[in-house]
Amino acid sequence: MDRATLVFAGLLALLLPLSLLAGRVWIDPASTPNAMLILMELRLPRALLAVVIGVGLGAAGAAMQGYLRNPLADPGLFGIAPMAALGAVASLWFGFGPSPWLLPLMALAGAAAGMAMLAAIAGRTGGIALFTLAGLMIASLAGALTALAITLSPNPFAMSEIVMWLNGALTDRSWRDVMLAAPLVTAGIGLLVFAARSLDALTLGEAAARSLGVRPGWLLALLVGGVGLTVGASVAVAGIIGFVGLIVPHLVRPLTDRLPSSLILPSALAGACLVLAADSLVRILPLVTELRLGIALSLLGAPFFLWLLVRMRRGRL
Amino acid sequence: MLAAEGLSLVRGGAQVLERLSTALAPGKVTAICGANGAGKSSLLMALAGLHEPSAGAITLDGELLGAMHPRIRAQRIGYLPQETEVAWDVAVENLVRLGRMPHRYRGEQAVESAIAALDLEGLRHRPVSQLSGGEKARALLARVLAGEPRWILADEPFAALDLAHQQALLRHLGQAAWGGAGVALVVHDLATAMNHADRVLVLREGRLVADGAPKEALSPANIEAAWGVAMRWIGDEGARALVSDQD
Repeated sequence: MDRATLVFAGLLALLLPLSLLAGRVWIDPASTPNAMLILMELRLPRALLAVVIGVGLGAAGAAMQGYLRNPLADPGLFGIAPMAALGAVASLWFGFGPSPWLLPLMALAGAAAGMAMLAAIAGRTGGIALFTLAGLMIASLAGALTALAITLSPNPFAMSEIVMWLNGALTDRSWRDVMLAAPLVTAGIGLLVFAARSLDALTLGEAAARSLGVRPGWLLALLVGGVGLTVGASVAVAGIIGFVGLIVPHLVRPLTDRLPSSLILPSALAGACLVLAADSLVRILPLVTELRLGIALSLLGAPFFLWLLVRMRRGRL
Repeated sequence: MLAAEGLSLVRGGAQVLERLSTALAPGKVTAICGANGAGKSSLLMALAGLHEPSAGAITLDGELLGAMHPRIRAQRIGYLPQETEVAWDVAVENLVRLGRMPHRYRGEQAVESAIAALDLEGLRHRPVSQLSGGEKARALLARVLAGEPRWILADEPFAALDLAHQQALLRHLGQAAWGGAGVALVVHDLATAMNHADRVLVLREGRLVADGAPKEALSPANIEAAWGVAMRWIGDEGARALVSDQD
């Protein structure tokens, strides 16, 4: 096991039990009434969901930065997350919110539609520039349709539900959400790991990568599938949780040989640590209502992104 | 033999190569020359199996290149693009090791040999961002050599190099050809082609206008036909220089 994987696996092993105990009310398993019930039915599924989502977003970020050869790439930028969000918004718009399965399933359908559109537009040639442009346009279209849905909300309750949901959170999630997201994220990470060596070759540019035997169309399919499953599953159960995929590879990279294949698994673990820590933090903060996880990570991520830009301008990235 | 038969290539709606036929021999250094836009890089990429011909065929030892599994093709043909940008700040050793990818990273010895051949031992742990232009060019060539390809196709490998590094790189490529590899280079400097290549292909507007020993292919008449300038050669064999016919 390499250094980065060890570091973040160790950190996760430390954070997971802490996050089970942390909250507005700290749990003492020995003295808190109904401690086991709270732990098993509320805190544990929420913590595991944070791990599942973080793992997926972290791995997707590392793969996406490797594919686009750009340290500023975030998997959320390329259409799949906004399309998943659009699917979820549609289910809330039509009043399916209370149904336990319809919202995540419609979000997954949105993610699948985003993946299909990306593959249809950019898949034939497998060109990275076309992929980026197509992704940004799909994201833009999904964003516009989401805004339209909010504007034309059938009632103020639906509008508030949509806006709250878009901000991303792990509040009141259950084992059902873990069961839905975990297999999809696992499958997605499997695809990304499979693509890892080809991503390494892209370090030398597209032509050199192809000369090393990389098949661009196949790589694109693996990447769209992997990012689609991980990001789609995450949006389906938690709403938009941004910036994890952007931040995490930067934390991991200095501990590795910097090739994309060395980043994917440690980034998955580091993503789990980040989402878990952020979710624990939003529970502890003494605010009137719990700060939404998506907002908290954006508050953390946007300044980080600006700091990256400044470092890049100074040629240190 | 790496052969093109009636090769035509259309890229972005433009005819880049037109009914081009040639056969490159292993153990020789072939220079591909021509004016800007003549189709040199496109020919090299097509020969590396990176452009699908619009018409005609490219074969490697009689086997159709397009029908070959990409990994098998990559084991046999090493391609060094003109682009020297390396996306991540990897150490030289890891950069060179990428050359073993078509062999599923088996054969670490080839990585060591390539590092030794290009005198990169002292730089093996250095990140690419800390290399000079010449060191980086050596590392990138070592990446190709680490794959132990039977063919080395390089697109303007001398473009960013000073004279000393050009000479060193020429020596390495010559050694590879001595070892039996076929070497094809896109070269802008005609004196380099004249003095160091075994054979020269001259392209003009996507067509092959000369193909043969450097002395014949780069005759003043052919140079005038391909580049539209009157030039003549001076100096002795192996150390020739090109001067304007007006001088």
